Amino acid sequence: MTAIYKRELKAYMTSMIGPLFIAALTAIAGVYFVVYNLRIGYPYFSYVLGGLLFIFLLIVPVLTMRSLADERKSKTDQLLLTSPVSVGKIIMGKYFAMITIMAIPVLIFCLCPLVIKTGGTAYLKADYASLFAFLLMGCAYISIGMFISSLTESQIIAAVGTFGVLLFFYLLDGIVGMLGTTALFSFVGFLGILAIICLIYYGMTKNWMAALGVGIVGVIVLILLYVFNNEMFESALPNLLSAISINAVIEAFINDQVFDVTGLVYYISISFVFLFLSSQMIQKRRWS
Amino acid sequence: MIEVKNLVKKYGNHIAVDHLSFTVEDGQIYGFLGPNGAGKSTTMNIMTGYIGATQGEVFIDGHNILTEPEKAKQSIGYLPEIPPLYVDMTVLEYLNFAAELKKIKASERKNAVEEAMNLTRLDDVKTRLIRNLSKGYKQRVGLAQAVLGMPDIIILDEPTVGLDPIQIIEIRDLIKELGKKHTVILSSHILSEVSAVCDHIMIISHGKLVASDTPENLMQMMKGGHTLEMLIKAEPARVKDILNVYETNNIVSQEIKNGEEEGTTAVTITLGEENPNYDVREDLFYLFAENKTPIIMMQLKKASLEEVFMELTGAEETKQEKKSHRIGLFRKNIEKEAESLVNGDSAPDPEEQEDENNDSDL
Repeated sequence: MTAIYKRELKAYMTSMIGPLFIAALTAIAGVYFVVYNLRIGYPYFSYVLGGLLFIFLLIVPVLTMRSLADERKSKTDQLLLTSPVSVGKIIMGKYFAMITIMAIPVLIFCLCPLVIKTGGTAYLKADYASLFAFLLMGCAYISIGMFISSLTESQIIAAVGTFGVLLFFYLLDGIVGMLGTTALFSFVGFLGILAIICLIYYGMTKNWMAALGVGIVGVIVLILLYVFNNEMFESALPNLLSAISINAVIEAFINDQVFDVTGLVYYISISFVFLFLSSQMIQKRRWS
Repeated sequence: MIEVKNLVKKYGNHIAVDHLSFTVEDGQIYGFLGPNGAGKSTTMNIMTGYIGATQGEVFIDGHNILTEPEKAKQSIGYLPEIPPLYVDMTVLEYLNFAAELKKIKASERKNAVEEAMNLTRLDDVKTRLIRNLSKGYKQRVGLAQAVLGMPDIIILDEPTVGLDPIQIIEIRDLIKELGKKHTVILSSHILSEVSAVCDHIMIISHGKLVASDTPENLMQMMKGGHTLEMLIKAEPARVKDILNVYETNNIVSQEIKNGEEEGTTAVTITLGEENPNYDVREDLFYLFAENKTPIIMMQLKKASLEEVFMELTGAEETKQEKKSHRIGLFRKNIEKEAESLVNGDSAPDPEEQEDENNDSDL
């Protein structure tokens, strides 16, 4: 694992991607920092992090796109998979390398609250908690990007796909606000989600019988629930979507200075789930 | 020792490897031989644990590649068809990374890398980026990676592909050298290569093992494969009369035609099973001598490995291949003639064509 970690880290730093990622994040944070904290005099550094959320959508896909897709395209995965290292360790090595790249600008940001302190009041605890949440959110994003990179051989598809998924999460809060709260609306929404799940399932397993089976069972369960327990569906879809919102957690840290333990656990869970799925995809590829 | 038991690999409806079973003993050089798409690379990929088999098992020194992958993979060095190189690293960096990946102890790593570089003569390019190396050097870097740490089993998938003749000879010598201490398995679709270096040949066709033996034994397997070529100073009709008198059950077929020199006849006789107690050549010598028709040339040709290969990989396919081969030759001749007409040269030398055909690429 350490061999892969070291190689990946070096590859990121000698190619454009690593420095670009660090420079972009630091430069834009710098601009926000100067404007919000130094000019306007706002005492919370965490506000800057709020401004970075959108930039994150653009640069995380660049960081993760080549992680597994490129390995497959250049056939170097043959070296990794025939060496005495397990797939899990290969994935972890690559993941930690990306986390390290991501941690470098976060470490630089750690200086900013101290700079604020030299000029007056600073809320160090709140700021460092926000930075910690920001790092964990990055971990979650990177694991999603890595998983999408494991699905394809093309870096471009991996980058665009990751951007699409992250954009969906970014806009999720806005989407939730626009959704209807009637039971029928949620019912139709769940049917749509079910269809998407079936398509993804089919795409991953290429087994249309099983995908259709899942679909039919899901539709029957949904109809039964809808007929017998109609109230359960009232504003169920908006509630579900706001529950899986990734941004809501970090925004709680940034805007309300709340240390949201459940949210952090949610980030860590996302990371684990997508790392697991990535390794499963690699394993699955060997058997098809 | 490698044991492969009942290996099957299906890609959808296509069966790439079809119930393949064999055992590889220690300390020998094995050659996988087969036409393109016979399942050589797939078998090697399964043996090294890169892909999973649909059915069947592989044991490396008693360790199942699926249930104990780390132990099994530890004793394998593998050079895939396309060398798995990180082009953004230098040769030295890459080999150090591979050494660490193969869990070679930090104290031995430097020596292992140096040894691999010496064997594959990479010292001159060790500080260069792999991206900038030529195909031959890239292949050598891949080979260095495979022999790194001197694993017990070295598996090479078409190791000499894309190399120039001198490099090919170098790599063959290297493989022979490695074969003294290690088990080497290499695949190739080039016969001369396999027969030059291997102690044991496994011929694979359509995912099935059709033959597995030493090159000598494989050649002996060909019954009635020997042919006798003669050039006799006489008219074809006379030769035919003489041969008609000669009675033996050892001649399978004969072909009589005009020789290249004027007044000579070329005879090609296909012989049946060899009889150690008697030699057809002696009989023929006396027969033609009695008739005062001198034999200018007589040559016994043994069945080549190529013919064994052709027969084993399927008669139908062989016929087609031969046909296309002939058509290819025909085209070549026409092209040559056209060229010579343009240049004003004389007709092409027939021997030259012979040479071109000798190293046929299967």
